[in-house]
Amino acid sequence: MTQAHFIVQRGQAEGEQTMVDYTVDVGAGMVVLDAIHQIQATQAPDLAVRWNCKAAKCGSCSAEVNGKPALMCKTRLDDLDLTKPVEVRPMKTFPQLKDLVTDVGWNYEINKLIKPFKPTNENTDEWVVMQEDIERAREFRKCIECFMCQNACHVLRNHDKKDLTHREALFAGPRFMIRLAGLEMHPMDGEDRMRFVKDEANVGYCNITKCCTEVCPEEIKITDNAIIPLKERVIDRFYDPIAMLLGTLTGRK
Amino acid sequence: MIAHPSTVPVAPRPCGPFKTHRQDAWWGENVFSLVTFALFTVYTIWAVLQNTHYEWGPYLSPFYSPHLTAMFPETFNWVKFSPAFLVIWMPLGFRATCYFCRRVYHRAVFNDPASCAVELPKPINYTGEKAFPFVLLNMHRYFLYLALVLVVFHWSHVWQATQFEDGFHVGLGTLVITLDALFLTLYVFSCHSLRHLIGGRLNHFSKSGCSQAKHTLWSVVSKLNEHHGKYFWISLFAVWAADAYVRLVAMGCLSDFRLF
Ligand code: SF4
Ligand code: SF4
Ligand code: FES
Ligand code: FES
Repeated sequence: MTQAHFIVQRGQAEGEQTMVDYTVDVGAGMVVLDAIHQIQATQAPDLAVRWNCKAAKCGSCSAEVNGKPALMCKTRLDDLDLTKPVEVRPMKTFPQLKDLVTDVGWNYEINKLIKPFKPTNENTDEWVVMQEDIERAREFRKCIECFMCQNACHVLRNHDKKDLTHREALFAGPRFMIRLAGLEMHPMDGEDRMRFVKDEANVGYCNITKCCTEVCPEEIKITDNAIIPLKERVIDRFYDPIAMLLGTLTGRK
Repeated sequence: MIAHPSTVPVAPRPCGPFKTHRQDAWWGENVFSLVTFALFTVYTIWAVLQNTHYEWGPYLSPFYSPHLTAMFPETFNWVKFSPAFLVIWMPLGFRATCYFCRRVYHRAVFNDPASCAVELPKPINYTGEKAFPFVLLNMHRYFLYLALVLVVFHWSHVWQATQFEDGFHVGLGTLVITLDALFLTLYVFSCHSLRHLIGGRLNHFSKSGCSQAKHTLWSVVSKLNEHHGKYFWISLFAVWAADAYVRLVAMGCLSDFRLF
């Protein structure tokens, strides 16, 4: 049986961090999470890792494998170069609790800021929703909330725009841009979130560099299908004088 | 046999300005972008300053399109400099504000971020596209309106490029100019702003016949939009090739090959 080296970041919040080198027996079809489980079972029972489904559907096992944000259960060992040690670290953008487990609670705080769906017509029996009206938002509903896009986005990762007390300098992040886009594009939604998108979610912080799209395990085209359309809607409302004039004349919001 | 785990120091970050734990060649794409941009910029400045060899027979270099000084000699008789200056700001402004191009230069030129999970060379006060100067990129749609006009001109040059002194013919130059017009069209018609303006801004596509028609248009642009980045690069090389071809033929370095 072949063996491979896994160098795993170990440590606790505020505590000392070490990289520990483990040797793992590699079998066919293994993913990084299997290797981590093997380490847990045979060498380090106290190694902390969060996981639930091992099927890339629960969004719990986000980490960084060889420096790249990835779901550990979706990263196959036969896609990695096992002649070199595989490095596994926790997500950088969120505070580490222990070893590979991070506290992603900040995301839920952002979620609370978003005004929920407000039906234009309370009588849902009368709703007729056609396929073409809902297909855009369906893509966004695939999100498994792994928060890897939030972790990869440089606005949160490098520029740390996470201060909830300074809304003008906060960035909601790509995961919540798709939620906002899905709500704003919904034909039956009567809420208006565009000022929030511009001044509190701050879509303007995104510079279209597409790391969110690159890492999304659900292959949601976050930048092209959610963020750019939101930016265009913000332009309609707040930047483009002709669109603003037309909007006023026609009473369109 | 399981070996005993050993503690190794937290892997030292690679030296150089870009701190990252990534091990793959994430910088390859940036090198391509930087080299292409640099060569294209130098070539464009040179070609625009030339003020000569931009026409040959029925061919016109796309850098000089639309040829305003030839179309309206009276109005533009004050133009003593290269007529390319009258028009080149339109395609350049369109490209510079293009969403795809923004991705390319924010990565390759400003390193913000150089690539995913790569740190900044040094911390900056980040304002993204919320404040000056990048907030100006929001006017991309105005350049789009101009680019739509340019598309018409580029196709008119394709027609012109078949009108030789001895009648209708197709030369290699005609093909090169056609490729330029074709890829410019694909590039413009896959634009994100167009995708929004043509229908994406609606929420209720099925509401009326008119909004259903907009949904169809939006779907077509959305299909093209998936390849917007590809069209950006191909049309850049196509316009470059068209200018170079016309220039080489006009300078006498190359003789035009007539197909029929
Ligand atoms: S495209 Fe925008 S939201 Fe996505 S990672 Fe880049 S800056 Fe962040
Ligand atoms: S959008 Fe994609 S990357 Fe972001 S949280 Fe959802 S599934 Fe994960
Ligand atoms: S364990 Fe559920 S996504 Fe990896
Ligand atoms: S987005 Fe690239 S041309 Fe409009």
